[in-house]
Amino acid sequence: MRRAGRWRAWLYLAPGLLMIGLYLVYPLFQTVFLSFHDRSGAQFVGTANYRWLLSDPAVRGAVRNSLLWLLVVPPISTCLGLVAAGLSDRVAWGRLARALIFMPMAISFVGAAVIWRFVYEYRPLPEAQIGLLNALVTAAGLAPQAWISLPFWNNLFLMLVLIWIQTGFAMVFLHAALRALPQDTIEAAILDGARPFQVFWRIEVPQIRGTIAVVWTAIILSVPKVFDIVLSMTNGQWNSDVLANQMFDWMFQGGGDSGRGATIAVALMVLVVPLMIWTALRARRHDGAGR
Amino acid sequence: MRKAPHRWIIHLTLALFVGLWTLPTAGLFITALRDPDQIAVSGWWTALSPSLQRQMIRTPDPVGAMQAGGLVVIEGALLSSPRDRVQAFGVTSIAPDAYAAGQVADLGQGVRLQVGVDGQYRLSGPDGFTAARGQRIFFTALRAPSLTLANYQKVIFAGGMGRSFLNSLAVAVPSTLIPCGLAAYAAYGLSWMRFAGSGLVLALVVGLLAVPLQLALIPLLRLYNDAGQAFGFDPKTYVGIWLAHTGFGLPLAICLLRNAMADLPREIVESARLDGAGDHQIFLRIVLPLCSPALASFAIFQFLWTWNDLLVALVFLGPQDDTLVLTGRLLNLMGSRGGEWHILAASAFVAMILPLVVFFTLQKYLLRGLLAGSVR
Repeated sequence: MRRAGRWRAWLYLAPGLLMIGLYLVYPLFQTVFLSFHDRSGAQFVGTANYRWLLSDPAVRGAVRNSLLWLLVVPPISTCLGLVAAGLSDRVAWGRLARALIFMPMAISFVGAAVIWRFVYEYRPLPEAQIGLLNALVTAAGLAPQAWISLPFWNNLFLMLVLIWIQTGFAMVFLHAALRALPQDTIEAAILDGARPFQVFWRIEVPQIRGTIAVVWTAIILSVPKVFDIVLSMTNGQWNSDVLANQMFDWMFQGGGDSGRGATIAVALMVLVVPLMIWTALRARRHDGAGR
Repeated sequence: MRKAPHRWIIHLTLALFVGLWTLPTAGLFITALRDPDQIAVSGWWTALSPSLQRQMIRTPDPVGAMQAGGLVVIEGALLSSPRDRVQAFGVTSIAPDAYAAGQVADLGQGVRLQVGVDGQYRLSGPDGFTAARGQRIFFTALRAPSLTLANYQKVIFAGGMGRSFLNSLAVAVPSTLIPCGLAAYAAYGLSWMRFAGSGLVLALVVGLLAVPLQLALIPLLRLYNDAGQAFGFDPKTYVGIWLAHTGFGLPLAICLLRNAMADLPREIVESARLDGAGDHQIFLRIVLPLCSPALASFAIFQFLWTWNDLLVALVFLGPQDDTLVLTGRLLNLMGSRGGEWHILAASAFVAMILPLVVFFTLQKYLLRGLLAGSVR
């Protein structure tokens, strides 16, 4: 009876695990395997692909930009999400505000790219500017710019698109965490004369550090997906390439080079993992200290 | 609500925040409804105020025109909308504003041109007067804001967005339903059936949450191509992409559902078991209905994700026209019609409308399930 039950558990699990095995576990190992092979995957080439990865200037630029994305997007999104959560918790129309700030989550990266390319649209003077940003810039008396082709700074303008999407995500989770806080410490602080600003930053925020770290980690995990934004806004031109886009290029250009593509995929994973571990460890430490 | 002395600062900051977050989308939405000519010359924020436009038309040739009291008379309308107003007109490009609307212009040799504020013009002259290819009339008109659905009509029927909409549906719906089913069974097995190794399986599933999807693509693409060659089928099929989305979505689905199922009160399941209910009955009749909020939340999330996905669709369906999904079509348009904002804006909204509707109508369920797992 019990033994039969044990077998039956695997029966329930089998279809799901089979799919996970075929679509995630097997490819994971196969990608590492392919990264040590040539473009067709037939010939073992040792570490040649990794040596190429470290020496190729285009890949290096992409690594630099990818790191920049990983370092800039999660903190800013989390921080803005925290501010939005705190503000919307204190007004009667907070629910509406949150729905509107969360809305970009429903929009595809390509759709978001269209929206923001229109914001950044540039017309040479003396034509009228139809992009919002350049209209504001010219109204302030400055010269309009072709924002997405300004080397280096264009990275930040592309990141803004992801920040716009992720802030709502962060806000929703952080708001739920704020809501779940016990009210007694907050009320005590208010009775002691703490100003609202102090209550938020000194009392509420420290208590939700765990959730902040979780949100931060989740956004780190979403950053490798920026492939769509870069592909549709600049396709990596003007020094804005990222690893995910490079990988896509190597996978499909000229019949595909599975060796180099796989190597870039491994590099992508290697970039993300330390940041994730660091965040997870911090979260655990704060959790332990907090309880 | 807590009392605070400077509440207006909070309201103002939040309003600014919301404004910044919605303005880009609003701008594109308004642009999609505007006339292509107006988009090119003025910002979308001017769309709701009247705009001055300078235009030129040619009247028909006077030869063979209507005779009235010994005069040749040509009449017509400069404006198509009754809400537009002519301010000034002229007959040369050097002085296009020479006469105010309502005035009668004497063009010499007895030829007169009258243009009313409403855009009606009357050109009259002695019998036999000529104006090769018609008389030119320059005019400045104050155009009332006009919004149109023509851009949408164009992209949906002629631009292929309609077709792509159906393709996206064909991808997203099964890619949402299949993992829901598989994950429900797996989550039940993990939460309500004890067996050696369950902890290990769960750890594996949670660990896979962190693996970027990109890591799986190249081997899968090769596998699909090899299998297609070996068994003689096209590697790029809807079934192929359904299964891929299923595989990529399962870790999250299993985690969410297992958390929800593990939280159910033990007594309910135990008492059903004592009443002689089998595992499958307990699963279908008791556990699954109680977990429907979590299931709904995952389904919404997965639908939004598969609908909005570009990468998996490009890899597993390819770029050919008949299976191109909305995101892929939009990407192509950005390349080929980069400056034509009326096309791009309308297309973007065709691609966004369904996820936005799903998001705003089902947001409650999405949040309930996602947050249940996170805040504890």
